[in-house]
Amino acid sequence: MCCLTESVKVTTDIDSLRSEIRDNSVRVIDVRREGDYKQDHIPNSVNLPLATLLSDDSPERVLKLVNSLGIDDETPVVVYDDTFGALASRVAWTLEWIGHSDVTLLETTYGNWKSLGLETDSLTPEISNKEHSMNLQSNILATSEYLESVKSRDDVILIDNRERLNYLEQHIPGAVSLPYRTLASSDGILRSKEDMKRLFDNRDISGDSEIITYCGSVGTLSGLAYYALKSAGLSNTKLYVRSFKEWKNLEKPTDKQQDANYWDLSAE
Amino acid sequence: MSISKLTPSSVDSAKPKINWARIDEADNFANTVKLYRQGKYDEDSFRRFRLQHGAYGTRMTSDYAMVRVKLPAGEIYPKQFETLSRLSEQYSIGSAHFSTRENIQLHWVILEDVSEIFRSLAEVGLTSREACGNSVRNVMCSPLSGVCSDEKFDSTPYALATAKFFLRNPMAQSLPRKFKFNFTCCEKHGMVRMVDVGLIPEIQQINGSKQKGFKIFLGGGLGNRSFVGHQLEDFTPEEDLLYTSIAVMRIFDRLGDRKNLARNRMRYLVNDMGWEKFQNLVLKERAIVRATQSVVTKLKVDTTPDKITRPLKISDEGGSSVPDGYARWLKSNTIKQKQSDYRSVFITLEAGDITSNQLNSMAALIREFSSEGKARSGFVQNVALRYVHEDDLVKLYSRLLETGLAKSGGLTMTAPVGCSGTTSCNLALTNSHRLAKEIQRKFLELKLDEDDDLADSSIKISGCPNSCAQHGIATIGFFGGGGRLGKDMYPNYQMSLGGRFDADTTLGQTCLRVPAKRVIPVILKIIELFKANKQSDDTLKSWIHRIVNDSEDSDIKSIGDIKKVLEPLVAPPTKEDDPDFYLDYGSDTSYHTKTGKGECAA
Repeated sequence: MCCLTESVKVTTDIDSLRSEIRDNSVRVIDVRREGDYKQDHIPNSVNLPLATLLSDDSPERVLKLVNSLGIDDETPVVVYDDTFGALASRVAWTLEWIGHSDVTLLETTYGNWKSLGLETDSLTPEISNKEHSMNLQSNILATSEYLESVKSRDDVILIDNRERLNYLEQHIPGAVSLPYRTLASSDGILRSKEDMKRLFDNRDISGDSEIITYCGSVGTLSGLAYYALKSAGLSNTKLYVRSFKEWKNLEKPTDKQQDANYWDLSAE
Repeated sequence: MSISKLTPSSVDSAKPKINWARIDEADNFANTVKLYRQGKYDEDSFRRFRLQHGAYGTRMTSDYAMVRVKLPAGEIYPKQFETLSRLSEQYSIGSAHFSTRENIQLHWVILEDVSEIFRSLAEVGLTSREACGNSVRNVMCSPLSGVCSDEKFDSTPYALATAKFFLRNPMAQSLPRKFKFNFTCCEKHGMVRMVDVGLIPEIQQINGSKQKGFKIFLGGGLGNRSFVGHQLEDFTPEEDLLYTSIAVMRIFDRLGDRKNLARNRMRYLVNDMGWEKFQNLVLKERAIVRATQSVVTKLKVDTTPDKITRPLKISDEGGSSVPDGYARWLKSNTIKQKQSDYRSVFITLEAGDITSNQLNSMAALIREFSSEGKARSGFVQNVALRYVHEDDLVKLYSRLLETGLAKSGGLTMTAPVGCSGTTSCNLALTNSHRLAKEIQRKFLELKLDEDDDLADSSIKISGCPNSCAQHGIATIGFFGGGGRLGKDMYPNYQMSLGGRFDADTTLGQTCLRVPAKRVIPVILKIIELFKANKQSDDTLKSWIHRIVNDSEDSDIKSIGDIKKVLEPLVAPPTKEDDPDFYLDYGSDTSYHTKTGKGECAA
């Protein structure tokens, strides 16, 4: 696919995807709502709305869904959405988690694809079931128990991908703030590899550490961060997929920035 | 990458004339932060370095900084707005904040990300270099310079040239303290007597020919102790502008107090020495500067006139009906320009706050409506969109309504200035920022912006005795502190009355302390007193002016008389009777004063 570098390929560019679609050598997953998908989508893509996945994301259910989308262990998969890559990331991560290694994100959103005047289609392709094996990658998943077990380790970095004000108000103790908006460039869902590396390097976020990302509720924003880190060569990364919502429901301890009325500085 | 090539890029009619940025400062800053975090850079040196680059400390934490981006002469272009919009989402709290000195600030930025902001700012020619620290701070210019019907000439090119000359200039890197220049258009739109160097454009007939120059005021300033500036001489010809500036800075550099941080602004030097002595020194020093500077030491004043092109309209969707509130907005937010058919439109923000979406909207609004293709930051945490054609005003107002930028009262007392207060500042004692917003909301609800008697008055609120909100020159000014009843503390403000910043610049006189939760009723009471005692052609400002100058002969003759009427309103209730009284705005926990180390004097 690509040259041999330390960083992993996490996105597929527009031109490559178009030729892979022509060659019929890729499975494209559209994670938008069914209604949006039916209206139009990238030709030959299949629909897996994020909500459908989230209604039951146990490994067995995910495997069934993957099979029904005609994906086996060897099928290259590209995922796209229309929300800056966060929903697509959550789906891509789930595929990785059950053991599918060849999955990437489209470098741009569907909205931008359309505004560039690229081809779209409203036909739903005929898909025959395939058999994917189950090979759970528990090394990319973090649970609340896991977070508690590593809280005293200083070679683990916990990253909060919510907006800055939310972070200041409440966060998991020890987390650092990296708002999801920081990850994108003006025309792609992720910054260039060099830009990303510099940002992490400034923050002293390096490959020497294990990194865990989390966000507000279901691991979408932090899913994007998971891929951002991978793109910069930081592959020792886990997603705390149940994120801050679970943490709060479990009544685990939180921290906040004290003695400042930062909300009143916000214009909304 | 195929996308960027295919994305249409918007073409702007005007582009920045000066690139203020240096990209290498981003790398340098990133590296220095690393050294500092590794303990290889001591606190004090790092702080000086950080401030020199425009990154200010944040309340109760060393993890965050505030990046103060300078807008020299207040000028800001569409692409710059778009970049600031993106940066506010990426590295700040999703909004930015206009200061009273034509800076735009990003708060709660992680120190390690500051260099990324520098990098993006450099792409659009902006810098925060020397926006803090002991340097020449942002050079201001009246938002009406170039369009004001009372001005002798447009001082904008001189403000830009002065900013360019001193930025990164070795002579301005280690002054005893910060140093500020304000250029204006005319006396009325002033602020020139409240700053180290204030300049009003002036034209004199010399040997039969018209000569451009300035009226220069020195040694003014607001702070813990405020002083009104002195006029140096009748007329300073434009060739002497730079020589005068250098002379004044040299004297300040040589004689300014480097030990006593609390009183080392130039105004203290002028006050201690006496004006005449200081004036003499400046004139002598200027003679030396004039005689010794190389002929290449010049201000590069670019007086090429801006292109004025009314943006093309794609379509005019039918007979656009006039939205509600238009007349009210037109009256209280726009000023006719000296150029016929054009107006300057002032967009008022709540205490200077603007969301990332609104920053983007500003870029679009400039492109659609401003015939000069840029905007200007104002003196009161607002933005001026100038050269808007009279025929486009209704449409502009409709667009402002869509983006939440159509608040009326922008040029009246209903748009108070509030510094950042306890929302981010280490020195703040109260949430002055939120109080300013509360007053604006209440007064617009009461439609006080429609009252002509209140239009030329001002309300300014600082969160501590230092004067970031310029409370000393407000008609009604406040600065924060703590009050106490028994063992219970409550947020409190010292109120002053009768300040002004025009040709009759005066500092307000202390009236009384007003608890935060009584500020709104107290102002309303003052308005009521005024209405009961005013003469037919009075404004609140002129009425208070007579009172502070002992020349009022109605029932209310002095500040003391006002105080007597207000006293019952400010008496603190017990905590049991009124727990809310003991909470500051925006806070649900007991009030206590808490401050960190200030960096104004660092």
